[in-house]
Amino acid sequence: MGSGLLLTCIIFAPAFFALLLVFFDSKAVEAMRFCALAGTVVTFFLTLMLYGQFDFDNGEMQHVISAAWIPNWNINYTLGVDGISLPLVLLTSFISMLSLLASWSIKKQVKGFLILFLLLESGMMGVFLSLDFFLFYVFWEVMLLPMYFLIGVWGGPRKEYAAIKFFLYTLFGSILMLIAMLMVYFNSGRSFDLLELAAVGQGLKEGFAFSPGMQMTAFVLLFIGFAIKLPAFPFHTWLPDAHVEAPTPISMILAGVLLKMGGYGIIRIAFPLCPYGAQWAAWALVALGVFSIIYGAFAALAQTDFKRMVAYSSVSHMGYVLLGIAVWKINETTGKTENGDFWLMGMNGAMFQMMAHGVSSAGMFFMVGVIYDRVHHRDLNKFGGLMGKMPLYSGLAAGIFFAGLGLPGLCGFIGEVFTVISAWSFSKVMAIISAAGVILTAGYILWAMQRVYLGPEYKGPHEEDITPMNNRELLIGATLLVSAIVLGVYPRLLFDIMEKSTVLLTEDLSAGLQRVMKAADTVQAAVGK
Amino acid sequence: MNFSQLVDQLIAQTTERSLWCFAPEIAICVTIVALLLVRLVSLDRFVPNYMFALLGTFAAFGLSLYQGYEFSAVKGPEAGTFFTGLMVYDQFTIFFRVFLLLFLILTITLTVLTGIPDNEDGPDFYTLLLGATLGMMMMSGANHLLMLFLAIEMASVPSYVMVGFLKGRKSSSEAALKYVVYGAGTAGVMLYGISLLCGLCGTGDLPALAERISLIVQNDPATMASVGMSNGTVRAIILGIVLVLVGLAFKLSLVPFHFWCPDAFEGAAAEVGGFLSVASKAGAFALLLRFVLAFCGGEPSALSEIYMYLGLGLGAVGIVTATYGNLTAYGQSNIKRMLAYSTIAHAGYMIMAVAALIVILNAPETGGVIDRMADAARAIEGLLYYLAVYMFMNLGAFAVVALIRNQTFSEEIDDYSGIAKQAPWLSLAMLICMFSLIGMPPFGGFFAKLMIFASVYQAGAVHWFMYVVLVFGGLNTVFSLFYYIRVLKTMFIGERPSGAQAVKVGFQPSLYVMTLAVFVLFLGVVPQWMQGLSSRASGVAKEALSPQAQVQPAESNTVIVQDAR
Repeated sequence: MGSGLLLTCIIFAPAFFALLLVFFDSKAVEAMRFCALAGTVVTFFLTLMLYGQFDFDNGEMQHVISAAWIPNWNINYTLGVDGISLPLVLLTSFISMLSLLASWSIKKQVKGFLILFLLLESGMMGVFLSLDFFLFYVFWEVMLLPMYFLIGVWGGPRKEYAAIKFFLYTLFGSILMLIAMLMVYFNSGRSFDLLELAAVGQGLKEGFAFSPGMQMTAFVLLFIGFAIKLPAFPFHTWLPDAHVEAPTPISMILAGVLLKMGGYGIIRIAFPLCPYGAQWAAWALVALGVFSIIYGAFAALAQTDFKRMVAYSSVSHMGYVLLGIAVWKINETTGKTENGDFWLMGMNGAMFQMMAHGVSSAGMFFMVGVIYDRVHHRDLNKFGGLMGKMPLYSGLAAGIFFAGLGLPGLCGFIGEVFTVISAWSFSKVMAIISAAGVILTAGYILWAMQRVYLGPEYKGPHEEDITPMNNRELLIGATLLVSAIVLGVYPRLLFDIMEKSTVLLTEDLSAGLQRVMKAADTVQAAVGK
Repeated sequence: MNFSQLVDQLIAQTTERSLWCFAPEIAICVTIVALLLVRLVSLDRFVPNYMFALLGTFAAFGLSLYQGYEFSAVKGPEAGTFFTGLMVYDQFTIFFRVFLLLFLILTITLTVLTGIPDNEDGPDFYTLLLGATLGMMMMSGANHLLMLFLAIEMASVPSYVMVGFLKGRKSSSEAALKYVVYGAGTAGVMLYGISLLCGLCGTGDLPALAERISLIVQNDPATMASVGMSNGTVRAIILGIVLVLVGLAFKLSLVPFHFWCPDAFEGAAAEVGGFLSVASKAGAFALLLRFVLAFCGGEPSALSEIYMYLGLGLGAVGIVTATYGNLTAYGQSNIKRMLAYSTIAHAGYMIMAVAALIVILNAPETGGVIDRMADAARAIEGLLYYLAVYMFMNLGAFAVVALIRNQTFSEEIDDYSGIAKQAPWLSLAMLICMFSLIGMPPFGGFFAKLMIFASVYQAGAVHWFMYVVLVFGGLNTVFSLFYYIRVLKTMFIGERPSGAQAVKVGFQPSLYVMTLAVFVLFLGVVPQWMQGLSSRASGVAKEALSPQAQVQPAESNTVIVQDAR
């Protein structure tokens, strides 16, 4: 398969299966489920093919395909993949497949659910693969529409509120992104090409430059847009509602993939386009990240709703991502990056944390979903003794929760350690505080496990419905746990993919920042004279 | 030149040039007459009335398309004025004719599907519909202040009647009356503005106005020192312009001239609402562009700075209109009323493009940040693209309302509860149209909005206030989410109450609304369509801006000037 074509296929394969589903009779529920599952499996194999064809020694964009879309506006259909997007693409197809398996619990309007689900997957793939800002934006928004209905129609009691809140927050962020998009478009000689824009932002293109002032504005706009998705502290309030109200498979997607788009956007767009703005805001970002870690952990401690607790744990975990990305320290006078290796480590850690969180949080939501399907409540204080009734489930759940906790040997550990260590070079205080977050994390997860799985007896309603996991659930849970262990034991699996690209990214940004500062100094000197 | 020579010349010009330039309008006129005659000879008992209307519209549409082809192949008459300079024939005119006639075809098709009007009332209704469209087509080709007024009235009067067409209903009559009174008032104001301009400049010829104004300003001893609002002549000119803009603002339902709009839309049938919301806006924007370009389309003049403030003022009007429309729409329980406020909001977005156009055209020297002509052309291009998408998405929304009304006899949003399960295609079309109205990709509304925002951003380089306009434009997109999504939420997430009237929509109406929805989608996805439409719009815009198109045959010009004096 031609390399560019492969990316297109990955994006549109789910949409194609969604189209197929339209022609199914809405009573053929089982057939439709298998058709949709086939769609996600095909997509997963396509991404594996991409993994197979990927050149690990090359940090640059690969498989780039570009076709004119609207030449009048210099808008192109440009796709490409590098070490930063490939892991996320794999994660997306992997989590989508598992959460579609988890969708057997959806009983009403199955056809609509599956169609929207597949469209959502197409949108997510598009976000991770597009290299044109306009195209990126289109996919970013396309993903919103199915998500709104997936939460709004199939969600819990407060589904409408949660759905509109999610939509509204993201749309608000998108509008800010749109304004930033116009800024970079007009300041780069009308280009939406992310690579070209990055070159302009890093002072590599003759005749065009993003001035420091513009970079700061654009960075703030972009960052807010992405931080809402991430979610970082002041913009996170949509997340607990959306997660709690969404049906289990959608919670898995939300936590497993959607949140990563925020981090990906910061790494792929906000930083490369505005290195000056990013460096200028680095302290604020680190502080936000650390605050999110602590705040999310404390909030999780206070929850009595199982799902809400897991939701807040996402806020906390994604704080590490922000922290890892932002620990960019420079020498104030020369603009030279100091301890670049630590920043690189932070960047790697952030990427790893995204993947690890994708696996562990999807797993945690799935585990909550399994028990919720049986007893129809999520009150942490009304569980207990599940270890005796559902030993296999409890064992798997314990493994996955430990992965979320960051136990060495499981996936959560690597990302947290990398980011916290890299923070040490940036600011010792911040590193210490963020490390303290790990203790809090252990606190809320262990406490929750104690209340749910341990204890002599089950204290809630519907005790008679507690049945062991079925094979389908077992398959999902075991797959997630196995991947958590594999990533924890052999993290090079991921580092091999991303390392070259993150090295390139940090080096480019360091050099780009110096160029921008130099240019700004020249301008200032000229004005001064 | 004696009198008989003058007459000969007039006849020659008319037969050789003007009649062909005016052919689509003539076709519509013939159709109107035919519609009236058909009833006279009782032919309508055998052939439904709408067939005649459709036939005539298709003929006019075909003629316009052919003219467009002829124009691009450089075979037909050249761009320029006709009817002794009263009207102008260029790509801009043709674009709007094609646009309006296509829209007319779609509207007539909708009325056939919904059965309003019945065959008895058909000739009356279609006469009015065609008459209004005729006026709007003339608005797009107006080249003279007199024509500007006549065309607006030609479009307005049938609209008043159409709003009151549901004869038995009080609310309909009330709406029509409000519309008439308000329309008459603003027409008077506009006429006063026209008389001021004509009186000062000694001509009503639009292309000649700018030149005359600069002559007046330069030769007036009082203005030699400074050109500003302290000067009486300048004040009168600006007052004239503003008063004409008031008349246009009424047609565009800009705040604070919007009061007729919600009442008229609520009282009128949804089909009429859909027609008015798109066609009359398109005509008014065409006219507004002609009017604006007449003043500041050429080289920067002494009044540039004042014009620029006019543009900023329009930007402020855009902010207020969009914000007011969106916030008020949220409180509505009647869907037609809600859509009326939504059209007000959209007029606000579109006027932002005009504001950007004026600001860009009157930019002081900006050191190469702005390429005056190219960026102005992009502002017009954005507006035209927006109008084209708006035609499909707004008509789609109104069509769904009309079709559901035929089934449930209700236009309350609450009664839409759970309709998606009974009429999935209709609901899907509504979904696409509404998301496009919000401005979400991958629908056409997004790209159109992006184009307008891009122009506003460009204008921000001239004056910071346009950045404020941009921010408000963006914020309004978020505001508008609430009420559009409320309708969708009711339709898709709500449950159909057990006693509610079942909605059964046939194949043809579903096909119709889905066709509109597919157009909306394709204008936001398919490269050829987007590139094609944007190139066409850009070509139109560039021609409208280039001075060559404004060149007049000298004789016809003098005739008019003498006329006016």
